[in-house]
Amino acid sequence: MGNTLIQKIMARASGRDSVAPGEIVTCAVDLAMILDSGGPRKIWPRLDQLGVGVYDKDKVVVVADHFVPAADPQSAAILKLTRDFVKKFDIKHFYDMEGICHVLMAENGHLQPGMFCTGGDSHSTMGGAFGCYMAGFGAIEMTGVVITGEIWSVVPETIKVDWSGAFGPGVTAKDIMLFLARELGMENAFKAIEFGGKSIRNMSMMERMVLTNMAAELGAETGLVAPDEITLQAIRDGGTEPAADALEWRSDDDATFCADHAFNSSTLAPQVAAPHRPSNSGAAQDFEKDHIKVDQAYIGACVGAKLTDLHMVASVLRGRQVKSGTRLMVAPSSKKIMREAAADGTLATITEAGGLILPSGCGACAGLGAGIIAEGEVCISSTNRNFQGRMGSNKAFVYLGSPYTVAAAAVAGEIVDPRNMLS
Amino acid sequence: MSVPSGKAWTFGDEINSDVMAPGIYFKESMDVMASHCLEAVNPEFAPNVQPGDIVVAGRNFGVGSAREQAALSFLHLKVGAILAKSYARIYYRNTLNFGVPALIFPKADEINAGDQVTVDPIAGVVENVTTGNSYKVSPIPEHLMEMIGDGGLMPHLKKKIDAGELKTGAAPK
Repeated sequence: MGNTLIQKIMARASGRDSVAPGEIVTCAVDLAMILDSGGPRKIWPRLDQLGVGVYDKDKVVVVADHFVPAADPQSAAILKLTRDFVKKFDIKHFYDMEGICHVLMAENGHLQPGMFCTGGDSHSTMGGAFGCYMAGFGAIEMTGVVITGEIWSVVPETIKVDWSGAFGPGVTAKDIMLFLARELGMENAFKAIEFGGKSIRNMSMMERMVLTNMAAELGAETGLVAPDEITLQAIRDGGTEPAADALEWRSDDDATFCADHAFNSSTLAPQVAAPHRPSNSGAAQDFEKDHIKVDQAYIGACVGAKLTDLHMVASVLRGRQVKSGTRLMVAPSSKKIMREAAADGTLATITEAGGLILPSGCGACAGLGAGIIAEGEVCISSTNRNFQGRMGSNKAFVYLGSPYTVAAAAVAGEIVDPRNMLS
Repeated sequence: MSVPSGKAWTFGDEINSDVMAPGIYFKESMDVMASHCLEAVNPEFAPNVQPGDIVVAGRNFGVGSAREQAALSFLHLKVGAILAKSYARIYYRNTLNFGVPALIFPKADEINAGDQVTVDPIAGVVENVTTGNSYKVSPIPEHLMEMIGDGGLMPHLKKKIDAGELKTGAAPK
């Protein structure tokens, strides 16, 4: 009987020859990512209380991305505490206002196939695009990880999701995930989702990261994509040499999956999720008849403001203007992406169309920074989650769509199928 | 460990972490954060919940963010136990790590708001005192029993460290 990719990773991390779904194992943690929001401010007092330090100052990575840049005294104090923690505990890898953590792990060569990684944020699943285990945990549990370098886990079953066929214009990984949230539901706890098939093999790393990021919306332990040449190149682009065994990390042909789904990419249309859950989704064109007026269009977060996403936005905005009465805000996922989008003219296209560029950070996505919305307002967003109250007022309405769909709504002033604006 | 008993507060399916701990209060103290717990779905809950009260909910309770405040708010409000048809992964781990017992309870629909409910998380018994019904459910998972018994992850780690049973990083000078 063969093994799935996640079984192989968890067997290695727990020092066993093999593990079966349902087994409880204790895994050694190769990378523990903690953040300004639930990292040092929560963990430091607990370390002091126990009189201990971090298990490995090379493996504990700290990122300040949630409260950046400080816009009020509390944020400033939290960020200072985060920087003080890094000094005090001699942390080797610290990213201070460089961008959003999940994107930074990819940009800086932290992830390799076969690794076992943890992060103090639910969208840590994004790292699984590199063929590693990476999952989110609360600050209380990350406290245990940074002290001991270990964590317990139930070996998950794997849901296999294959996509084949060529995507039509204006259809993206984001549309796949809004579709899957509806098809597979949001309750897949303690299961992993492995994405495969020809369409996924042809996808860029940035698009694959959308799939694994939003595995969190499906409630999964994590999402994974088996490594290939595209993965290896992304690791090299991050300044790291791929491990010699990198391509060996994949599910066996005779591995057992708890479900096996196959979808055709060529028939998928742009998707929109209506308030207040990602699974409340349907084809963008079906929203047109309701003429849903949009106060704000937001391009941001780990999932929705990478360079590929900004290119999608620019392709819609080129030669067009944001509708009067609608505001477009764009917060690139990292400083590197901001730099690249400035260099290739993408930011100019966005600002000439009337868009406003915001700092890189988690920002409005989680109701933390610039761009939150008021009672009664409607926002369409390239982010991953639209729960009630997430982006500000709990009487506001957030729709989710791909960067194409968000940009098209900014131009039309209402929710439309973006394909009409792609020539 | 104790056997919580109190008044039931009932909620539906997919109650998410953003409504348990709204992001706009992230920077505030736990007192402020907990005072807004679930206000978007029931504004009466946080101001009126009493120590020992039981939260009863539907499927996928705690779906969404890793924010520990979602689970910590219930501890802060001194909720005795959580009974839900099913849980989201991170929330489930968080609540047990804080020592707030959470049991899988398929018959959540048979408990009404205001019913007097008693929960024995070790034996896996739920009693609805108001209706007189008693339910046998799965107890806290075996491998977490010791941690819950210790009062959660922090006291559990302390016990292990004090006993020299845990290898940890050294405190900085």
